[in-house]
Amino acid sequence: MATASRRLPVLYRRRVTRGAKHLLLIGFGLIMLYPLLWMISSALKPEELIFREPGLIPSEITLENFIEGWTALAHPFGYYMWNSAIVTGLSIVGNLAACSMAAYAFARLNFPMKKFWFAIMLGSIMLPLHVVIVPQYIMFSKLDMINTVWPLILPKFLAHDSFFIFLMVQFIRTLPRELDEAASIDGAGYWRTFFRVILPLCTPALATTAIFTFIWTWNDFLSQLLYLNNPDNFTVPVALRTFLDSSGESSWGPMFAMSIIALGPIFGFFLAGQKYLIRGVATTGLK
Amino acid sequence: MSGLDPCRGPAVVDSLSLKSAVATEPHAPKGRRRRTGVNRSRREALTAYVFLAPWFVGLFLITIGPIAASLYLSFTDYSLLDEAKWVGLDNYTTMFEQDPRFWTSLKVTTIYVVVSVPLQLGFALGLALLLDRGLRGLSFYRSIYYLPSLLGGSVAIAILWRKIFGADGLVNSVLGLFGIQGTSYVNNPDTALGTLILLHVWTFGAPMVIFLAGLRQIPRSYYEAAAVDGATTLRQFKTITLPLLTPIIFFNLVLEVIKSFQSFTQSFIVSNGSGGPNDSTLFYTLYLYVNGFKEYEMGYASALAWVLVLIIAGLTGVNFLASKYWVFYGDSK
Repeated sequence: MATASRRLPVLYRRRVTRGAKHLLLIGFGLIMLYPLLWMISSALKPEELIFREPGLIPSEITLENFIEGWTALAHPFGYYMWNSAIVTGLSIVGNLAACSMAAYAFARLNFPMKKFWFAIMLGSIMLPLHVVIVPQYIMFSKLDMINTVWPLILPKFLAHDSFFIFLMVQFIRTLPRELDEAASIDGAGYWRTFFRVILPLCTPALATTAIFTFIWTWNDFLSQLLYLNNPDNFTVPVALRTFLDSSGESSWGPMFAMSIIALGPIFGFFLAGQKYLIRGVATTGLK
Repeated sequence: MSGLDPCRGPAVVDSLSLKSAVATEPHAPKGRRRRTGVNRSRREALTAYVFLAPWFVGLFLITIGPIAASLYLSFTDYSLLDEAKWVGLDNYTTMFEQDPRFWTSLKVTTIYVVVSVPLQLGFALGLALLLDRGLRGLSFYRSIYYLPSLLGGSVAIAILWRKIFGADGLVNSVLGLFGIQGTSYVNNPDTALGTLILLHVWTFGAPMVIFLAGLRQIPRSYYEAAAVDGATTLRQFKTITLPLLTPIIFFNLVLEVIKSFQSFTQSFIVSNGSGGPNDSTLFYTLYLYVNGFKEYEMGYASALAWVLVLIIAGLTGVNFLASKYWVFYGDSK
């Protein structure tokens, strides 16, 4: 009896602290998400209400901002979305192909100076982009590639994003070597082993790579700003930026509406690929 | 990190010549090996180079080549149209002695890094601790807190930020409810950088996920043993959680310092490319961009890039040296 009466308050206290914890977490989460929710609600309000109503529920709902924003620039906004989709899609293909090949070599094959090249690969992960960007720009402009997608996708096909090589090397190392040996006994060469054994088993690492490449390329501003100057080639980030120039401080409604559309695909990938995103961040420290 | 260890030993050769290797030397001379083994390893090396071909081309063409070119350009006067003219150390002396904007950008970036990184990591750690202990709805909370770090680098969010802290933005309309009349925070030199710091803190989700993974590595039994010995929650945190988490804190710190020193998009959009008001948001990379691609002073921009590399390398080095005094690796000493 004595123990029971002592335990009850403890259990009760635990439930209270747990409830308080949830309240805290939900409250803080709301503060975190408030800017995003406010943007969505503002985009649905008539322009003059954005400032007057800090709340989330619009007293008057209109799609006017979306219609106006879609056609505000030289091309309809879908045109820039398509340009971004091309750059992003090709970047994903490039990263998947080039990085998985390099990773297979580092994880499974022996060759002279392997440790040296591996160290170089790791070192290049931390290399600041800005130290190569000026010469790269000069090179691509001498090659007459400004205003094409080449400067944006060629580095991906050349495995320039070494993070992903590292990610896949780490993943391939966890696969049992017996699989390779079994394939070899069955007469499979390196290429067959790579395509038929390693790649299919690497699906989680490939998915992580694809999702991160998508998000980084879709968000990437600096290189798209540098290499795409012609409005016909603009991608979403560069197009959004011209909103600031063309409309100044006045038309926030349409600008918000298009910002939401620009963030939509990222949000979609986030929902679809959460598992891979979280795992990727947790194991390698990618952002 | 433990994952950074170099490649493993030559397992294929080991399994082929295990007996003779044990009998003689661990690394048997080449002549001793069977012919097929030599052919095989040569073929293997050849295949490896084919697999690595794209990476090698990229390494020389778009990494090492440009690094060398950038170093050379930093000693020249070059504008893309004319030939590069060798000027020796001029770019560097100009930078240090006659360019106040260089110092401003360095100061602005340093404040940004020094204030925002500890705040961001503090939030990340705090939330990770709250979320750890088998809380129901963990993955839901984790997703909510993680989402901003995916969006934070985009132009769309920077635009949103500009409006939230603008004269007639969200912050002022909330303050208006309490009868406080605010001004534009992005147009005020005293507060503009603060809004960018807030934006960086807002993206604490990525380090939080890393912290959560680290917390999960700590064996439950440590806490059980401590609880048996009567250690309070606070004591457990100080003597178990924190020391065992220091390698992860260190990893996040190094990563975030390197990353935030190179921030560009936020400062570009929030100030609309000017670094204003009054250069108060002139990030180092923005200044580099303006020099290289607006003024076409590519030699000078390259010199700026090299100073940036040295700063980042220096900071990382200091971080590693200091880590000896506070990072705890369970297996050493």
